[in-house]
Formats: sequence, C-alpha cells, structure tokens
Amino acid sequence: MTVQLPFVQVLLPLLGAPLCALLRSRVAAWLLFLLAALGSLGCAVLLAQRVATAGTQRYSVGGWTAPVGIEFVIDDFNTPVLLLVSLIAAVVAVFSHRSLAAEVAAKRVPLVYACLCLVLAGMLGIAVTGDAFNAFVFLEIMSLASYALIAMGRRRRALLAAFRYLVVGSVGAVFVLIGIGLAYAVTGTLNMADLAQRLGGLHGNRALYAAVVFVLVGLAVKMAVFPLHAWLPDAYAQAPSAVGVLLSATATKVAIYALLRFAFTVFGATLVFGVMPVGRIGALLAVLAMLIGSAVACFQTDLKYLLAWSSIAQIGYIVAGISLATTAGVSAAYLHVINHAVTKAALFAAAGLLVLRLGSARLDDLAGFGRRMPWTFAAVVVAGLGLVGVPPTAGFVSKWALATALLERGQWPVLAAMLVSSLLALVYVGRIVEVGWFREPSLVTVMNRPPVSMVAAIWFLVLLSVYFGLDATLPSSLADAAAAALLRNGG
Amino acid sequence: MTAFVLVNISLFAILGATALAITRMRALYEATMLTALFSLVTGSLFVLLDAVDVAFTEAAVGVGISTVLLLGVLSLTRSREAVTPRRRRLPAALVVLFTGGTLGYAAQDLPPFGSATTPVRDHPVTETYLYQSQQDMGIPNTVTSVLASYRGLDTLGELVVVFTAGVTVLLLLGPLTRRNRPVKRDLVLADYRVLRVVSGVLMPFILLFALYVLFHGDYGAGGGFQAGVIFASGFVLYGLVFGLDRVQQVLPQRVLWVLIPLGLLLFMGLGVATVLLGGSFLDYDTLRPDDPAAGQRLGILLVETAIGLTVATVMTSVFFSFTGRGASR
Repeated sequence: MTVQLPFVQVLLPLLGAPLCALLRSRVAAWLLFLLAALGSLGCAVLLAQRVATAGTQRYSVGGWTAPVGIEFVIDDFNTPVLLLVSLIAAVVAVFSHRSLAAEVAAKRVPLVYACLCLVLAGMLGIAVTGDAFNAFVFLEIMSLASYALIAMGRRRRALLAAFRYLVVGSVGAVFVLIGIGLAYAVTGTLNMADLAQRLGGLHGNRALYAAVVFVLVGLAVKMAVFPLHAWLPDAYAQAPSAVGVLLSATATKVAIYALLRFAFTVFGATLVFGVMPVGRIGALLAVLAMLIGSAVACFQTDLKYLLAWSSIAQIGYIVAGISLATTAGVSAAYLHVINHAVTKAALFAAAGLLVLRLGSARLDDLAGFGRRMPWTFAAVVVAGLGLVGVPPTAGFVSKWALATALLERGQWPVLAAMLVSSLLALVYVGRIVEVGWFREPSLVTVMNRPPVSMVAAIWFLVLLSVYFGLDATLPSSLADAAAAALLRNGG
Repeated sequence: MTAFVLVNISLFAILGATALAITRMRALYEATMLTALFSLVTGSLFVLLDAVDVAFTEAAVGVGISTVLLLGVLSLTRSREAVTPRRRRLPAALVVLFTGGTLGYAAQDLPPFGSATTPVRDHPVTETYLYQSQQDMGIPNTVTSVLASYRGLDTLGELVVVFTAGVTVLLLLGPLTRRNRPVKRDLVLADYRVLRVVSGVLMPFILLFALYVLFHGDYGAGGGFQAGVIFASGFVLYGLVFGLDRVQQVLPQRVLWVLIPLGLLLFMGLGVATVLLGGSFLDYDTLRPDDPAAGQRLGILLVETAIGLTVATVMTSVFFSFTGRGASR
C-alpha cells in the first residue's frame, strides 16, 4: 500500500471537494476538509520517512512509465513542502471552523470548504508531480480556487481584490503555459527529468531562453516578487481570515517551490544562473522587495495590510537566497520558507481572532487590545519578533543562515538591505505593540470568550515558531537535504 | 500547396484584423460578436493544422458558450466600455510588448512550420502515442487515447478546473444570493413563432448530436468536453427562447448540483477502483485483466461520460446563474 502513497497524498483533498459540494452541510464539509488535511499530513509524514530510508519515490499514473505518462516524483526536495503545506492546512482546518462561520454567509460555507480542499489539492499536486504540464494544471486548480476564496471576504473590496488577482494571476499562468509550450516545442517531451536531459544540449537556442523567461516571470507573479506584487496586499487582507492564513503561509511558498524545481532541475542552474543573468536580476529585485515592502508596511493602518506588505519583504529574503544559486543560499531560502510560513500563519491567525472579537483589524480599532486580550497580544508579539528576526525565534535562525550564505559570496549590498529591512520590521512590529499596549482602549465592545479552537491553532503555530528557533535541527536538516537534492540534480 | 498557403495567409489576416477591431471597439455587444468571429477563425486555423479535436472545442466553447455568457454579463452591466486614461494603459502596453517581443525572439529558433523532423515528431513518446496506442487501446483517434489514458491525470485536473469554475460562479452569483422577485415580462423570444418552433425542433437533435460526439470520440473528433458543451448549448438555447423558468422545470439548479460533483466523483472513483484492483491510479488495464485493450476502452468510455456529465452541468449551471441574476434584478 505504501507504493500508492504519492497519489493518496493528492487524491484525499481532491476527493474532498466534490463531496463538500454534494453534501452541502457545514459540519460535514468542515469535517471533510479537516480529514483531508490530516490525511495529507499523515501521508506526507509517511512519504518523508520512506524517502529518508528508501530514496526517491516514483509513481507512474495510469501505469504508463515516465515520458509516456505522468509520474509523481517524491524526493528530499519536495517532502518539506508536502509537510509544510499539509501541516498548515490542518491547523487552518481547526482554525476555520469558527472563523469562517463568523465571516462567511452560512449557505456558502460548504462550497468555501470545497474551494479550500481544491487549493490544498492544487498545492500538493504541484509539489508531487514530475511533469511540467501537470504542474501547470495543478497551478490552475490552486489559483482558480484561491480567487474564489478571496472573493468571499466580508467587504465589497474583496471582490475587487479577487478580480485584480484573477487578471494578474491569469497572465502569470499563461506565461508559465507559454514557457512550457516552448520547451515542449524544442524537446518533444513534458516530463521534467526527460526535459532536463534534452534541454542540456540546447544551450544557445533562443526558444529555450524565451521558455526560461516565460516560466520564471509567470511564477514570479504567483510568488509576488517585487514589481509583480501589487495583487498580494489586497488579496490577503480582504480574504476571509482563515483563507488569509492558508494562502499567506503556503500559496507563495508553493510557487517558490515550483520556481526552484523549474530553474534547477528542468532548465538547469548552468543555464538559468550561468548563461542568463537571473541571479543578478533576482538579487536586485530582492533588495527592492526587502526595502520597499518593509517601508510600506510601516505606514499601513490595518493589521492585515501591514502583515501582507511584510510578506512582500520576506519573499525578498527568500529570493535573495535563491539568486545566490549556492547550496547554502538555497538551503537558507528553504529554511526561511518554512519559518516564515509558520510565523506569518500565526500572525494572520491572530489577526483573524482580533477581527472576530473586535470586528476589524484596523489599527485604530485595535487600540489597547493588549490589555484586554493579553494572551492574543503575547502571541502577536512573539510571532512579530520572529518577523524581525530576534533570537531565539525561528526568524533569527533563517536570517542568520541567509546572512552566512550571502557573506560566503561577498554579497554586501544585499546583506545591508537585509539589515535595514529588519530594522524596518522592528518599526512596524513596534507599531503593533504601541497600538496594542500603550494606547487607551478606544471603544467598548462586548468581549465574548475566544473560541478554543482558534486560540489553540494560534498558539500551536506560535509555539512551533519558537521551537524552530530554539531547536532548528528539524527544519535545518529538511532544508539542507532539499538544497543538496536540488543542486545535485541541477548539476 | 499555394491554395493552402493562401487560405492560411487570409485566415491569419482576418484573425489579426478582428483582434485589432476588438481592441478599438468601445461598444461591447459588437466586440462580443467579434470575439465569436475570432474563435471561429481560430477554429478554422486549427482545422488546417489537422487539429480537428481542438477546432471542435474552440467552436463549441469559443463561439458558442462563451459568447452567450459574455452576452449574459452584458445584460447585467453597461454595454459600453469605460475608456481607461492613456497613462494608465502604459503597464498593460509594456506587458503586451514584452510578451510579443519574447515570442518573436523565440520564434526564430522554433522548428520551421511543417518540417518533417521536429523534436516533437522525433521524440519516442510521439511514436508511442501514434503507433503503440493501436495495440494498447485499439482506438483510431489517438487524441482520445492521450487525453483519457496516457495523460488521464491532466484531464482529471482540467475537469477539476471546470468544477472549480462552476463552484466559483455559484459562490459569487448563484441562487445562494438570489432574491425571488417577479420577473417583468416584456416581449420574450418565445413570442416569435419561427424561433419558438425552430428551437423546439432543434432541441432533440442537439442533445442527440451531443451523445453522438461523446460516444464517437474514440473514432473521430470529439469526446466528453465537446459533448458536454453541446449538450449544455441545447439547454442554453431553450432557456434563451422560452425563459429560465421553463428550462429550470426540467433541470433545476438543485439537480445540477447533484450531477456536477457526481461526474467528478465518477472519474476519481474509477481511479480508486483501478487502485483497488491492484493497478496504479487510472490504470484501466486492471478493469479487464484478460483483455487490457478492452479495459482501456471501457475506462476511456467511463472517463468521457464523467467529463461530459460534469462539463454539461457546469456550463448549464453557469448560464443559469448569470441569467437568473438578470431576472432577479
């Protein structure tokens, strides 16, 4: 039965979606999403163990061997993504029960869970597949479902946010498709391993260069790399809180995974970072993202927008690590993917709880919330320190790894930008503390007891981020193994 | 040969002219009609490329359903485009120039059009799809073999995309948000005798043709996606002429939303069944261990049926959501 694990990983959430739509019951839909997420998590753990003991796992869908059919490939490089995505999904499932009930009209809830299942299936599918076109199909499933989820926000502006993301995201998806099409035209195959083999002898082919440009730019849109980030703040801030938690923690991260997969194992590091100036452009965009993202975050008046802008800066850190194209750089980027996902999920979840209890995430409305909700405030502060990168938080570990990797290559300007960005992070986290603790509570609202499930989800994420800061062996070993697998394949 | 080249050149000229006209046009009804023309010309080009299945889909979706849906949208909004100020069009212009420039750059090293030795043709996979498939499934239309079996997972994925689109439209516009108000009855299309009689007569033939396309996909152009769209277009035509209420008596949204997930579940259930029978996901050989090719054909038929079911119901449901919204305004 363990042979079937790679497909069970994707099938569980994929099955959940039509069942949610069929049953049309809120509780059943929630249970289905929870079960799908927990099942995926179990699968991911089993797969990770199996990869660790028995090496790369391949699964031929339909019984057709690789280039003829589609294959799933599970190796050290994608198990961390599977673990991360399904873990966050499971936490979001716990969190969403009360959060969605409060923010989304009751009749819509089952279909919202169907979309959550679809987003999860899409993300897991992108991670497991070893076929370029299949990755695009899953990317489409993930994107389409997330547009729908974002549009479910409470305010009308959510519709505009979803529409803008739809337009920009579709352009990005089309770019990825054109790129894959060009690569197919010059090789005749869609299988990633086969592509890599055949593309190696094609350096100098202009269609191949164009394919690289299209795929990377298309995925950069999904990653929200600096000049292509405009869709992100509205999308994450206007989405229902539970959706915001899931997407902010995982959607961009899966796009980062896909970019690494294409850049290193399909096109090859020699082509992408040697022949083409992707590394230099990446470093420049990373610097801009870090500085501008953090600076804009300082001036936000809404907690969720503040967190979303901070995400743009944090993606800058990850891009900086990737553009080094060294084992240390990629490992640091991967580590930051994991740590930032957990930290940002905790913060968005806390913001979701504040929305539920205070009716808004505007900083003015949050005045003095720290004195009335000391535990939530503590969670925000601890996770916020993780964003800044104060030891002993997870953020410190990955930033330290990134700084070491940058120093190794003598990238002083990028390192300087990183330090400035961290100082700016201190400013915007400081603003939350100032608003939450030092301002007089401005309005008197009825304070219900916070739902236990939401509090548990928040504290699980916060404690996990602290644990990853104190004892970084698990994420570090995952990231190191992933980077080693990636650069070994990329050669 | 020269005639072929001439036809190609003139079709491309029409395509380019239509595209330019669409961008210049501010009246959206006219622009919608031109997009239908654009799809029709694209479909003709696909025929010339011997991609009959793609041409079929383009004709059914591009000319048929999407035109109706665009018109449905226009009945809900204004039908004249609000012109964007020139300086705000700059980013879009940059994207267009970037895309076009990179494509032009890429085209210089793509294999020449119609060449006999392209990487795609020389790759062993193409050989497998064209020749080995005759032994594996024994189906003349290799497009169907690739779509439903060799790359069946992609097709499942695309069906999930269609499903997601249906869910999205239902979430945003569906009867979930509908307020029931009496429909103001103007002159409806059913008052025109010719339309009423002709569409009534056409209905059974459209549905029959859809079934033919579905079950004939093994031998000729066609398959679940095209059949689903044609099936839906029958109901759309009926709804356009006789009004939403009449067509919903036959096919209420409630029923549609039982059928939509069922189609998807049939596809996935088939995959689970092949796993339980000891194969890999969507390995139809396991359905008939004594005769794998027959198993493949059975699997492909079931998959096409599942696709047809979900596509037809999603398209109809989307149409209902748009027009139902219009009726309740």
